[in-house]
Amino acid sequence: MNDLGPLLVNAILLVPICSAALLALFPDDRLTGQLNTLASLLTFLASISLFFFRPAVGSFLIVDDVNVVFIVLTTFVAFTTSVFSASYIAHELETGRLTPTYLRFYHAMYQTLMFAMNLALLANNMGLMWVAIELATLTTVLMVGLYRTPAAIEAAWKYFILGSVGIALALFGTLLVYLAARSVVGEGLDAMAWNVLVREAPRFDPHLLNLAFAFLLLGYGTKVGLVPLHAWLPDAHAEGPTPISAVLSGLLLNVALFAVLRFKMIMSANPGALAPGPLMVTLGLLSVLFAAFMLYRRHDIKRMFAYSSIEHMGIITFAFGMGGPLANFAGLLHMTYHSLTKSAIFFSVGHIAQIKGTQRMADIRGLTVSHPVLGWGLVLGVITIVGLPPTGIFMTEFLIITSTFARQPVLAVALGLGLLVALGALLLRLNGLAFGEPYGKDAPSHASFVPMFAHLGLVLAAGIFLPPALVAWFQHVASLLG
Amino acid sequence: MDRLALDVAHLFAGGLVLVSFMLLYQDRMFGLLNIFALHALVVSLSVAWQAHIQSAPHLYITAGIALVVKAIIIPVALRRIIVRLGIHRTIDTVGGIGQTMLAGIGLVALSIMVMLPITAEAGTLTREDLAFSLSVILLGLLMMISRRNAVSQIIGFMSIENGLILAATAAKGMPLVVEISVAFSIVIALIVIGIFLFRIRENFDTMDVHALERFRGGQP
Repeated sequence: MNDLGPLLVNAILLVPICSAALLALFPDDRLTGQLNTLASLLTFLASISLFFFRPAVGSFLIVDDVNVVFIVLTTFVAFTTSVFSASYIAHELETGRLTPTYLRFYHAMYQTLMFAMNLALLANNMGLMWVAIELATLTTVLMVGLYRTPAAIEAAWKYFILGSVGIALALFGTLLVYLAARSVVGEGLDAMAWNVLVREAPRFDPHLLNLAFAFLLLGYGTKVGLVPLHAWLPDAHAEGPTPISAVLSGLLLNVALFAVLRFKMIMSANPGALAPGPLMVTLGLLSVLFAAFMLYRRHDIKRMFAYSSIEHMGIITFAFGMGGPLANFAGLLHMTYHSLTKSAIFFSVGHIAQIKGTQRMADIRGLTVSHPVLGWGLVLGVITIVGLPPTGIFMTEFLIITSTFARQPVLAVALGLGLLVALGALLLRLNGLAFGEPYGKDAPSHASFVPMFAHLGLVLAAGIFLPPALVAWFQHVASLLG
Repeated sequence: MDRLALDVAHLFAGGLVLVSFMLLYQDRMFGLLNIFALHALVVSLSVAWQAHIQSAPHLYITAGIALVVKAIIIPVALRRIIVRLGIHRTIDTVGGIGQTMLAGIGLVALSIMVMLPITAEAGTLTREDLAFSLSVILLGLLMMISRRNAVSQIIGFMSIENGLILAATAAKGMPLVVEISVAFSIVIALIVIGIFLFRIRENFDTMDVHALERFRGGQP
């Protein structure tokens, strides 16, 4: 049965890219949404099977314990988002915000993005991963500018320029890592392969690695949305179609963070190199505090949740920066929960913005009265994302703070402050959005609620009971991250 | 490696830094485009020379891409866009030319001081080319910061990319260099198409406070 492995890995890449080509050519706009969902489902099933059939490490693709978690999460959220996207896009077609031509383009880009993200996660070569992340950036830029309003074009342009500069810096860092590896491993593909790099890292020149990590952290950190490199993120979330906001927040930020983690593993394997932790802790903490205070002054609902994403990426970067089995474990779990919760929130926000015809929070009130299912879905989502018990995010934030307290009490206090400030801001806004007299347009919603409640249910259930097998798995991955 | 090969490689790499400085003080659009074409020409010569002395024929492809796409097609396309949009007069700069040049000199000194000590084992060619390419990258970033309009920011970005190509070819035996340069060309082509389609004249840098409020999702 071992020869099934390579086939499945190829399926994870080939299904999205083939369906992208197919969707670009397919003229019927009713079927394309379902085809998109079907392709995403197939990719998800192929990624699940990686748990059972592990292919051998190739020179370009690798499946190891670290990236399996990311791949399964990515393909799962991609699948549920495609379900949401089908109902969202149907509404956009009805109201005429999108024409059938743009729809074809949108679906083709959606699958290309999935291909790029899966390739970035599966790549066993830092150059290939770089090309994949660049492709993912380009496709999201095109999708952010999809509505072609001046604000959307500005958002896309800003994202493009900042993303390109970030990716250019990351390439320079990648080059320096190659140079460090070349003198040990020799020329050629081996000096760029993850499995070789991690194994040989103790013998690399630490000075080259230090400089490389500075470039890599700033470069890929731009894509993670870490403060002060976050300027593109709120605009891109607010102006693009909502399924893309969900994918950006839930997946693309994770993929960029995954790249940072891969390089962090090399850094921590080298005894002479600068500890990567303090840099990541600083950027993470800065992001949490900055985003928490910025949350109070938001008027646009999608922009507000974009700032919340900056906050959570900050928490995750902080956790991985602290390092150690416990903080890494909490960071991994937090990343999973954040992906699920934030995309669920964007699912509900997408439908809310469609019903009300606006993203301005002042024009949205009393959702639990006018649209009970959607309103309570949003309430549940926000309660989960701010980390109230008994949700999974409460558990991970608790773990991060307690494990930090044992080592650096001051940092734990600062992080706790950021979390509380953000909690206050989000609950304050939620009160206005969800309760009180209904206000604004009152169109009925044709939403599909399954993806939203599936995600929230998972996070809620995980907060109460996490299967021991899953805990053991996450602990194992956490120990690998160093 | 013989002395001549090394000297010619240095000539090209050093020339690239010099052309980067010329980009910094150029304050007219067409002048900027001509200098950028020169920048791309120098980088393609440098890559071709590296291909020759490393006997790595695939690098000729990278040199060819740099020559055809960046020294010919992009400048011609940008020239047409500039004429079409009517923005050929002068370029808005942040800070004076003198200050920018001083900052640029500082950046070159910085990159030499950073790169030379840490690459002691990497061989003369690699370490000096890396120092030069880091200078080109930092000068490109400086240019992107100090210019306000979209076209000159793109030229800044493309000069960063030329610096990266120089670094990638200097890192002897690096795989995927050709693929990476193709990927970069696609980005640049898309940027140029983007400017053309959306008629982006300025970098949305406006003194109009209302417009700023609108972009940040404030009250309309």
